[in-house]
Amino acid sequence: MNATWSRFNITSIVLGFAFLYLPIVLLIVFSFNESKLVTVWGGFSTKWYVSLFHNQGLMDATWVTARVGLISATVATVLGTLAALTLTRYTRFKGRVLFSGMVFAPLVMPEVITGLSLLLLFVAVGLDRGFLTVTLAHITLTMCFVAVVVQSRLMTFDRSLEEAAMDLGATPVKTFFQITLPVIMPAIVSGWMLAFTLSLDDLVIASFTSGPGATTLPMKIYSQVRLGVTPEINAACTILIAVVAIGVIIASLANKRREVQRQLDEQAAQRG
Amino acid sequence: MSSAAVTTASASPTTNAGKSILARLGAAFVGRLVIIIPYVWLLFFFLIPFVIVFKISLSQTAIAIPPYTPALDFSGGVSGFLAQLKQLSLDNYAWLTQDALYFNAYVTSVIIAAVSTVLTLLVGYPIAYGMARAPATIRPTLLMLVILPFWTSFLIRVYAWIGILKPEGLLNQLLLATGVIHQPLIILNTYTAIFIGIVYSYLPFMVLPLYSALEKMDYSLIEAAKDLGCPPTSAFWKITFPLSLPGVIAGCLLVFIPAVGEFVIPDLLGGSQTLMIGKTLWNEFFANRDWPVSSAVAVILLLLLIVPIMLFQRAQARAQEMDR
Repeated sequence: MNATWSRFNITSIVLGFAFLYLPIVLLIVFSFNESKLVTVWGGFSTKWYVSLFHNQGLMDATWVTARVGLISATVATVLGTLAALTLTRYTRFKGRVLFSGMVFAPLVMPEVITGLSLLLLFVAVGLDRGFLTVTLAHITLTMCFVAVVVQSRLMTFDRSLEEAAMDLGATPVKTFFQITLPVIMPAIVSGWMLAFTLSLDDLVIASFTSGPGATTLPMKIYSQVRLGVTPEINAACTILIAVVAIGVIIASLANKRREVQRQLDEQAAQRG
Repeated sequence: MSSAAVTTASASPTTNAGKSILARLGAAFVGRLVIIIPYVWLLFFFLIPFVIVFKISLSQTAIAIPPYTPALDFSGGVSGFLAQLKQLSLDNYAWLTQDALYFNAYVTSVIIAAVSTVLTLLVGYPIAYGMARAPATIRPTLLMLVILPFWTSFLIRVYAWIGILKPEGLLNQLLLATGVIHQPLIILNTYTAIFIGIVYSYLPFMVLPLYSALEKMDYSLIEAAKDLGCPPTSAFWKITFPLSLPGVIAGCLLVFIPAVGEFVIPDLLGGSQTLMIGKTLWNEFFANRDWPVSSAVAVILLLLLIVPIMLFQRAQARAQEMDR
């Protein structure tokens, strides 16, 4: 295989990754720029980070976004896991086609349509636009992504483990919590993280469904970007990237540790 | 849990008869809940909203809160309902056909999305292929590196391109400094910028399905073709490409469908001149506050995308069957 990894393959990967990462790297570099002009280097400075923390509107928006993200990701993870169980374990029930359609369609549905339709629903049922409506909208969108992530793990799950537990007298509910849940946990965790980042990230659906007092960070960034590009936005973006990067690194380290632990356990079991 | 598993558990000899019935009922109830909770949630928050969008697209604009006349309100009884039925109108749809703006926006959006999908495929295929042929030890790292930008905000990634593509931006500075050009290129606020933005933002969506299709491929087929004297290019078109077709289809649909209704990219990179339907809908809604017309725009957009969305659904279902 190594011999066939030609120079062409390596070049395309290097160029591809340069394309993916260069804009982000430049954005981070210019957040430390002394000059107010985003694209002219005027020396190293962290003053934009300082002014960021004095920007009350931006800090409020960050707080709203964090709360919406935490609540919606958690609820979406529960609902998405249930949806994944339904998709993999119940192969025939009335309306299954409709159900899988409702899980997969939001993944590709243009955000303007989802946003508008949810807003009209909230107006129709007389729910005031604000924190609650954004959270409900984000739950609906992100639970489908969680469902897909968890479902792919459930596909490869060894059902005989569950059967063994139930043969030994465990109830289905107990079997789920003691056998199934621990095995699919990594997928649930990555589903939660995906839901959280999607919520953190969303501009369009939040703009439709949010109301006064519930301005999220992307909405704030968007309105400032429209007025012009400033290093302060670069600084805000850099912090957001750092938070997500740290989260991803912690998650992958935790995963690796669990993997190592599992291998140790297996070795111990084999030694008897 | 399947019904077979439920019966095994409740029929286990250690439980007495009465408890067994209760346990069975309980388990069946829990089993139902697993389906019912997400089902009801999606019905209420995903399907019903579309019905409301359709309903409001048939109503009239009004200066009120909410800014449309009520359509199909059941509080007026049967006679009131019939009276309202007469008020429903296709005016908003007629309006969409009268103003060439909407038609142009739909056509432009579909063309832009189609061209960007092809461009994304051209950029993504070599990357996915290179990854699939990489030594197995570094493949997880490469995969991680493709997914990682996806975790950073979409808005931020689009924003980053403004600084690069501006007339006094980094790309022009570089090209002017190296003497490639003498006049700054105007890229920002053109369709070129939209293409760059879409290709960049949606690249991971293309690479991931392509990679998973190419990784599963049996490369001894290529070697066999080579041994039999088949030149590499025709081996690619006769073996590699057809085998990666499921990935190509999934990737193209994942890029094309959301790109048609894209708002952020045309708005930030395309400037005020560009016409895309997602932006038109946004403006109808937020600037003109015309909810019925924006609903009609959404209904037509959905009809336009229904076939690709169903294709995507079928591709997903088929991939599921294959994994089983």
